[in-house]
Amino acid sequence: MVPSPFYPRQSALSESMDWTRWNGYYAPQSYQLQHENEYHTIRTAAGLIDISPLFKISVTGPDSLALLNRIVVRDLSRLKENRVAYVVWCDPDGFVLGDGVVMKQDSETFFFMCNDPTCAWLQKHATNLNLTITDQTETIAGVALQGPCAAKILSHAGIKNISDLKYFGAMSTSIHGSQTWISRSGFTGDLGYELWFPSDQALSVWDTLVESGTGFGLRATGLKALDVCRIEAGLLEQGVDFQNASHMLTRAQKSTPFDLGLGWMVHLDRDPFVGQSELRKKQNSRYTAIGLEIDWNQTRDLYESRGLPPALPVEAWSSSVPLYRDHARQHQVGYATSGTWSPILKKYIALATIEKSYRSDSVQIELAVEHERHCVDAYIVQPPFYDPPHKRAPAA
Amino acid sequence: MSSSWDAVIIGGGHNGLVCAAYLARAGHKVLVLERREVMGGAAVSEEVFPGFTFSVASYVISLFRPRIIRELELAKYGYQVIPMDCAFQPLHDQRGLARWSDADRTYSEISRYSRHDAENYHDFKRTLTRLGRIAAQVISRPAPTGFSLQDLRTHTEMLPLIRDLEPHELQQLVRLLTLSAVDFLDEWFESDILKAPLSASGIIGTFQGVRSPGTAYVLLHHYMGELDGAFRSWGFARGGTGSVSLACAKAAQAHGAVIRTEAEVTQVRVRNNRATGIVLAGGEEISARRIISNLDPRRTLHGLVGAVHLPEDTVNALAHFTYRGSSGKVNLALDGLPDFTCRPGIGDHLRGDIAIAPSVDYLEQAFDEAKYGAFSSRPFINAVIPSLTDPSIAPPGKHVISCFVQYAPYDLAEGHEAWSLQREAFGQTVLDTLEEFAPKLRDHIEHMQILTPLDLERDFGLTEGNIFHGELSLNQLLFQRPAWGMAGYRTPIRNLWMCGSGTHPGGGVMGASGELAAKALLRERI
Repeated sequence: MVPSPFYPRQSALSESMDWTRWNGYYAPQSYQLQHENEYHTIRTAAGLIDISPLFKISVTGPDSLALLNRIVVRDLSRLKENRVAYVVWCDPDGFVLGDGVVMKQDSETFFFMCNDPTCAWLQKHATNLNLTITDQTETIAGVALQGPCAAKILSHAGIKNISDLKYFGAMSTSIHGSQTWISRSGFTGDLGYELWFPSDQALSVWDTLVESGTGFGLRATGLKALDVCRIEAGLLEQGVDFQNASHMLTRAQKSTPFDLGLGWMVHLDRDPFVGQSELRKKQNSRYTAIGLEIDWNQTRDLYESRGLPPALPVEAWSSSVPLYRDHARQHQVGYATSGTWSPILKKYIALATIEKSYRSDSVQIELAVEHERHCVDAYIVQPPFYDPPHKRAPAA
Repeated sequence: MSSSWDAVIIGGGHNGLVCAAYLARAGHKVLVLERREVMGGAAVSEEVFPGFTFSVASYVISLFRPRIIRELELAKYGYQVIPMDCAFQPLHDQRGLARWSDADRTYSEISRYSRHDAENYHDFKRTLTRLGRIAAQVISRPAPTGFSLQDLRTHTEMLPLIRDLEPHELQQLVRLLTLSAVDFLDEWFESDILKAPLSASGIIGTFQGVRSPGTAYVLLHHYMGELDGAFRSWGFARGGTGSVSLACAKAAQAHGAVIRTEAEVTQVRVRNNRATGIVLAGGEEISARRIISNLDPRRTLHGLVGAVHLPEDTVNALAHFTYRGSSGKVNLALDGLPDFTCRPGIGDHLRGDIAIAPSVDYLEQAFDEAKYGAFSSRPFINAVIPSLTDPSIAPPGKHVISCFVQYAPYDLAEGHEAWSLQREAFGQTVLDTLEEFAPKLRDHIEHMQILTPLDLERDFGLTEGNIFHGELSLNQLLFQRPAWGMAGYRTPIRNLWMCGSGTHPGGGVMGASGELAAKALLRERI
């Protein structure tokens, strides 16, 4: 376990002393005693989130595109320079190993960010290819600046052309003298940017952003606030909503991209890539990923009938909750993997996996009230739950 | 003495005791006869020096079948196993390599040598655990004895396990069954420092080198254990390994079994191809309806029955069942703890198993010497310090180190009797080797117990010093253990059965042979 490059600033801010583990780093769950202010900061101003624990890999050389295309299910030959793409990659049996973001920095250089160590996997498939793979996890630090004021803060920090950066675009710039790559992307479903710069410059970039952002309501935010946002945005989280197949023991624990509703990303008709032949066979998946809106009136009535005010999951939960076809809980048709009360939507929402053959617009979700298990209706919707226009629109 | 025993069990090792407990629990009159004054066979704790209790032979627990613990209520009778948190490999330089139960901690340890290997380690463990779970199913049920209708059912029961494997995993399984430990590991890892201790699991108790084909499978044998639901954990039995045997003995006694120690059986009485009873060393004869031997196949059939009573093909088959003990044991009583140069001081790295296996070549060279009849001048050593976890086995502040040492071939170039002359040199070699990593270890030694393969044979009845009652190689497993046609715990002599680790599924303090033998007997309605 190691501290993040931002640890000196984070520990000074941490009132809650609530830390968790993320890829071997200590990461703040929240800075304040409650995470709610931090959540509202992201949705109304801008939150500063340390994302340094992500694994960061640079792939450079004439064959770098060939390598990445051999790994990921998406055809990256369509990715232009200065653009980023969300990708997943699979094992030879077609089960998802991980997800991440690829940034094309120039015709021969890609920057790859992911949640599980992937260097060895890339190396394994790089035989006879002319390229260099560099693990930059420790040498590059990252922050996400997420929220409606994010562009203004960056502009105030001296990046004047930030408003030209389109959704999923990337650019190379400098902050307080530090070489920085910025992409307009994030895990909140809001207007937001992710910034990558050398670890030894981490504190000066942090300080610059804080100084520029204070007037715009910028605040450091922890993972609990981020978690609520990403569920609202309908974004799946590895290790929660799906699992790395290489950690799993049975087929039922693994997912194909089709099981996750990511079939749109799988480009089968191209040069061979890992899992291609098995994915061809597994296109007719049994499951798909959906969103749920849990009936609020029924939930409230259950609590009221026990003489209690409704208890809202203000912190996101991430455990498997069974979904049934019937109120008697005889026929299970899927499971929810994470859920939260959405303060901005005023809805109780969840992400779930459900049998594709299930044809109805609602399921029964299990809900425990006062040590008793009950069921309430949950309506099937297509995520994202929260999708504000400013996520994609030209940034002001 | 009563002549109305339903079953007499020869040998009070853990398998004999498990078998006795199951039979007694089913209402049978059972007598266990143990040659020594202590129970447990090779799973024994003895206060060898005042205040110091050694797990004299077998020293760690993992494979003991959870079903036996539940069915015989062993926890009630003192079965307690404390998991080890660490596998530490000292090296001459740097900090050595410690692998922990915490994945992040292990990742950062391995990545000091190779980031690539650190990334692959998790997947490697997962793959072996997955395949190990299949193997664990195999060891939990009787082996097919051939291809009868009953056997076909056993085969069919196994099919869903294989069917659940993805194409890629099936490929891994086949490679595991055919490759050497090192070749298999080469497919995952680049760092010799990591491959060395992992490959060492592939040679334990066999007369093979880490580069010998077939050793990858033995590696799997170490990945099918479980402690309290945690797969692949090894642990210390509180009070030493003997406490596992004693728990089995107490369970057997609670169900009415009678246990006699210092009762050496010298002969199984055979009349008309039928066992009728046994003869003790003093000449006392005991009759029983069934005789069950916890001894290995050679001792049972050649030793107690005699070749004249056996069919020729049995005699032949037993002649080809190899033992070839390859290991010895050195137990130390210390007034302090070893201090490893690469990681000084007292830390958690001392609380698990400590492997002297600095490189793959080191292990292979250790085997080279053994091939030609000498013990390794620099052997593989697996050391544990159970007194750090369980203070009951040493005086306060003092410690016990148990060292498993390989290779120590039973057949020295000068003949196995020469071990008596080489015992001391063997012990000093072990200390010299340890002191290369932990200097001045000798300053702490109060007492030392050296067990050569010849000692293991004489003290524990382990033929040729083989700790598994016969090598655990693929050609000696399942329906071939101990011989084709003899895998159902029966022998060619009617009413004479076997329940030791020379039968399926084999050694490793699993208790499975004893359990499965008892259940086979109970199906016969003895």
